[in-house]
Amino acid sequence: MDFRFSEEQTMTADVVRELLADVCQPADLRRLMGAGVARDEARWTKIVEMGLAGALVAEDKGGLGLSAIDFVQIAEACGYAGLPEPLVENAGVVLPLLAAFSANGRAAALLESALVGDVTVTVAHPTNPFVADADTAEAVLVVRDGAVHLIETAKAKIVAQPSVDPFRRLFTVEFEPSDATLIAGADEAAGPLAAALDRGALFAAAQMQGIAQRCVDLGVAYAKERQQFGKPIGSYQAVKHHLATAQVKIEFARPVLHAAAAQLENADLYSRARISQAKLACTDASDVAARTSIQVHGAMGYSWEVDVHFFLKRGIALTNWWGGPAFHRERVAARVFARPLGPEHTFAREAEHA
Amino acid sequence: MDLDYTEQQKAFRQEVRSWLEKHVPGKPLPSFDTSREGFEAHRAWERVLADGRWGMVTWPESYGGRGLDLIQWLIFEEEYYRAGAPLRVNQNGIFLLGPTLMEYGTEEQKARFLTAMASGDEIWAQAWSEPQAGSDLAAVRATAILERDEYVLKGHKIWSSRAVFADWAFGLFRTDPASQRHKGLSLIFFPLNAPGVRVQAIPQIDGETGFAEIFLDDVRVPAFNRLGGEGEGWNICMATAGFERGLMLRSPARFQVAARKLVELFKAHEAEVEPTVRAAVLQSWMDAEAYALSIYATASRLAAGGHIGAEASTNKIFWSEMDIAMHKAALSILGARAELLRTAPEAGDIGRWLDGYFFSLAGPIYAGSNEIQRNIIAERMLGLPRA
Repeated sequence: MDFRFSEEQTMTADVVRELLADVCQPADLRRLMGAGVARDEARWTKIVEMGLAGALVAEDKGGLGLSAIDFVQIAEACGYAGLPEPLVENAGVVLPLLAAFSANGRAAALLESALVGDVTVTVAHPTNPFVADADTAEAVLVVRDGAVHLIETAKAKIVAQPSVDPFRRLFTVEFEPSDATLIAGADEAAGPLAAALDRGALFAAAQMQGIAQRCVDLGVAYAKERQQFGKPIGSYQAVKHHLATAQVKIEFARPVLHAAAAQLENADLYSRARISQAKLACTDASDVAARTSIQVHGAMGYSWEVDVHFFLKRGIALTNWWGGPAFHRERVAARVFARPLGPEHTFAREAEHA
Repeated sequence: MDLDYTEQQKAFRQEVRSWLEKHVPGKPLPSFDTSREGFEAHRAWERVLADGRWGMVTWPESYGGRGLDLIQWLIFEEEYYRAGAPLRVNQNGIFLLGPTLMEYGTEEQKARFLTAMASGDEIWAQAWSEPQAGSDLAAVRATAILERDEYVLKGHKIWSSRAVFADWAFGLFRTDPASQRHKGLSLIFFPLNAPGVRVQAIPQIDGETGFAEIFLDDVRVPAFNRLGGEGEGWNICMATAGFERGLMLRSPARFQVAARKLVELFKAHEAEVEPTVRAAVLQSWMDAEAYALSIYATASRLAAGGHIGAEASTNKIFWSEMDIAMHKAALSILGARAELLRTAPEAGDIGRWLDGYFFSLAGPIYAGSNEIQRNIIAERMLGLPRA
């Protein structure tokens, strides 16, 4: 029992954090927004050069062979930076899913070019009503009657569904399934699709944890600067207590998120409930932190000029991405109402109770 | 990160479990706050624990402990709450003063006080607050004046839990009468039966005794009873408070067991309650788990040589607010029966939820009010300026 990250895990996340602090500042976001695009090719190239695209793909399939616990802090850093590019979705969710079908020749070929960063891939997962980044993706994994099809986006009809988040590109995708597009039957696909949901929910939670901390940090920075009644507003208890309350939410979402990441691969009722708990806790933290930050900023918080709205909007988007609160609460309920409870079961696995 | 228990940890859990199964009293003991009989029954239980060397498993063997690490302490606590074992009457001693003594005490002080604390022979109360020094603890007025090798204590302490029946108290006194605020304070121990000590019980919100005020009128104690240097009292108290808020005062297992009971209560009444209650029950379970996971993370960090900092304040806010929410959910499930005393013929399975609800309302107040904790978080974690 050791609830700590390894030095290597923390170092890797630090490298990503430093890169994003360098190339993904609010000024960079505003430049991109002004240009009306959601991807900065120079920044994406730097991310790809770190080899992160294949982070969660097994080494024998050309990836780095990392696990969720290695990647979770990277996803937090992406949320903190408000990263527009699809590192978390592409590397965290879609490529491990695609790799599960690499026995199929088309899937294997696509995986190869995705791992070197030449292309990205997206997924139309039954949990999500929309498909992210279908405009820039080479192909989309689509589910029909439980079977997975691989469709080149050029051959599908994609319809943009503009999001309030200026850097999210959402679409609906229409396609014609055929034997030629099929890469996995329903039996084969069920496990990998469930794993994709787990990773999607976990890493959405991680991003929201980062968003929450960013919102508090922005609020703290402003509260130290802004003077009213002759003093920084951050010296007043009313302001302090708002920010402290948001930080408490963050502090108690973090261990849930990290435990969920550490146990993701158990893929049982317990690990899924923990992932869902993490999604709920990080959603709550991000919601409270964003609203707190707006309040602390006063009228400036309601302005376009202050950066908080980027994080507010990403939080709104991720709240329902890979399952909304009602969905995840039911996954928690499935564990709570059907399995033993109490302090001796905190780290339980299904196998022990089989 | 490895979230599986080692074989040794699993074996330890089994050892604790089987000992507790043999020794935990079959019937709940009467309250240690409301009668001498209940207090002494709990002292007797402390002696049973001490005889089995289960009093404080993290303490060194020389003071009656087992020299175990914090993860093993958590396992012990989990089994302790799982078994429904009695509350620890000496928690002020073993959880707060004990760790502080180990850090700041001389060898002679440790030998004198820790062994008797671990055995239950000396039960401790805390004497910090005063009528004019609550959240503003640095406003302490009680004085301890050194006369040769004795301190003469004078003052008025209040809200002191266990003081009605306890043997000793550790108090915060002004040893330099000319000093201001945090300076010139010292931490001094005094026997509650010493000449010049008068203890007056204060009825609590439920009408029962539980805390007390202590009047000190020229109480003489040896200078040996001062912990740490003269004038270092404030810093030592803050270290004690770190333990209190941070790790040991409220074991996660306490809330996980309460959450389990809440789920059982909900299942028994599911058909009668409104849907929002179900969400509150699930939230209570999730919060108890989050608190447990957080303490495992902290314990892992401390075991690797880290120190507990301002996150102690986040813990205190989290568990105290969770405790209220959990009990409110239970009262919602009980509906119209929530107001009944357990003696009411229609009380049925109402359990102790109402008592627990009252006690939960004290949580955001004792051990440093949650307003003070939020100040600490804002200033020490977030770096906001002091007022």
